Amino acid sequence: VDRYLLIASTICFLAAVVHTGFELRTGVFRPMRFNFLAIGLGFILQTAFLSLRGRELGRCPITNLFEVFVFLAWSVSLIYMLVGPAYRLSLMGAFTAPLVFLLQGFAMITPIDARHPVNVRGNSWLEFHASMSLVAYGAFALACIAGVMYLLQERQLKTHHLHSIFYHLPPLTNLFAAITRLLWWGFGLYTLGILSGFFTGHPLPRIQVVAAIALWILYAAILQARHLKWLAPKRVAALCIIGFSVALALLWGITFTAELHPMP
Amino acid sequence: MNLFCVGVSHHTANVSTREQFAGNATAESIASEVGCTEALVLATCNRVEVYAVSEKRISTDEIARCLMARKNCSPDSYVLPFYRYEDQKCVQHLFRVASGLDSMVVGESEIFGQAKKAYESARTSGAVGPYLHRLFQRAFRVAKQVRTHTDIARGAVSIGSVAVELAQRIFGNLSECAVLVLGAGETSERTARALVSRGVTDLRVSNRSIDRAHDLAQAVGGRAVPFDNWAAQCREIDILLTSTASETSLLTRDILAPMLRERLDRPLFIIDIAVPRDVDPGVNEMEGVYLYDIDSIRSVAEQSLVLRRQQVAAAEAIIADHVTEFVDSISRGLGRASQMVERASLGENPLRASQL
Repeated sequence: VDRYLLIASTICFLAAVVHTGFELRTGVFRPMRFNFLAIGLGFILQTAFLSLRGRELGRCPITNLFEVFVFLAWSVSLIYMLVGPAYRLSLMGAFTAPLVFLLQGFAMITPIDARHPVNVRGNSWLEFHASMSLVAYGAFALACIAGVMYLLQERQLKTHHLHSIFYHLPPLTNLFAAITRLLWWGFGLYTLGILSGFFTGHPLPRIQVVAAIALWILYAAILQARHLKWLAPKRVAALCIIGFSVALALLWGITFTAELHPMP
Repeated sequence: MNLFCVGVSHHTANVSTREQFAGNATAESIASEVGCTEALVLATCNRVEVYAVSEKRISTDEIARCLMARKNCSPDSYVLPFYRYEDQKCVQHLFRVASGLDSMVVGESEIFGQAKKAYESARTSGAVGPYLHRLFQRAFRVAKQVRTHTDIARGAVSIGSVAVELAQRIFGNLSECAVLVLGAGETSERTARALVSRGVTDLRVSNRSIDRAHDLAQAVGGRAVPFDNWAAQCREIDILLTSTASETSLLTRDILAPMLRERLDRPLFIIDIAVPRDVDPGVNEMEGVYLYDIDSIRSVAEQSLVLRRQQVAAAEAIIADHVTEFVDSISRGLGRASQMVERASLGENPLRASQL
């Protein structure tokens, strides 16, 4: 049953992607309400899937790469549901849906759902560490999406070629404010995630610790440069995209290492 | 019952012809002169149209004679530029007019307000009855739906509105933006007024003639800045609007570069409407600077018009749905009314004609 929930959820995100694509083609770009509903339904189905998985495992469902990707997709949807309406960045849905669809689609079509025999009860610190880090990844993903929107809007303004989507994207200054807030949220949650990792009571693989701290330093550097006005907003937006790409690569590496050396 | 529209517009006549028919007749006078049961006159700078409901057929000439400035001039003396739409075509025409599809600038919203005003005026004078009431209420609904569900009204099409639209796309809320107007020309004044109307409060004006700067500053609610000091203002301002008669570039990369370093996180929007240009085009390549000269503003306006024209098909589809639905509902209403008349005449239901 849980697999069907995930398929249904992925279809919801695909519907949002197709709807956006269709509207872009026809030039009538009004994806807000439909996208929000499609993503909202997709999020409910994701939550149901993770809940069933968690009950089955008896712990937070982040035990293999498949679950990590689904949990990450859930985190992205969660942050979108919280941030999109609050900052009036509803169009973010048009950009969020493809990312979530890709994450979930990738998780579903690749053979990475290896069931591990979980022979020890879940370690609450470890679960807190993993889930908090993944929710932080969700905030970084949204910062990346806001970065893409910023660069798209900036490019149109620079080149004087304004497409239909131009009139639906938020103003540059609002987007930059959203990027900054999302970076701070992600950074705060990620710091909590890293700190809680030291309380798991188990020695963490060195490569995981190094990778996690490297990512923390990268985002700290972006925020510091933003705070001290060393970087122009366009560069901060570009760094958000690079940062999240690095984060995804490291997440893969960390999870892969964790699967080689499973922890309780 | 005949529902019809007779009119003259920018499609069929030039302004010198249109002005002969504007402002000479009211809905009330037309209703009484030609014997309509209901009438409404929509007169704007681009059109003069009469929407009417009558028991018998009323010719276009009769309406034209009512609208003409010199009543003794025979409409036969020249070819009338009038068009006429009846029943379903009339409904469709009004829905297109109210939605801005028939306007000179496709998608403009002024016509909506003008149609509302015309309706209110006719309603107050008692010239509007149940048919025109339903027709116009539906037209207003359709126009709102077209604007909400298509991009027909998106994008600005004049220099002032393009400048304001772009400024809003960069800064969002303009109330916290500082604006410097360099050169006190007529277009600058119009653009400055457009920016003030969208919330700009910190407006500075600089001109070679300080008196002219003071005059413009006073007119738009800003403050004058000495011309020698204008470049230094670029550290503080968010929007620069230039239109001086200078033969050489006043703002170059070399002048702007040190100031930009101090305001790296704040964009600078420059509108250069001077010919020859006041700002070196290379400035647009600098980070955080968005430079629009007169040609790029025109290009944005043209792109907006193209975008609006692309929306026409979507708007027409919405209108077509409403026309069919409206005509059906009117036919059903007429059918019910005729049944009630028959029953009343048979004594089944002693309804008075006025109740119908």
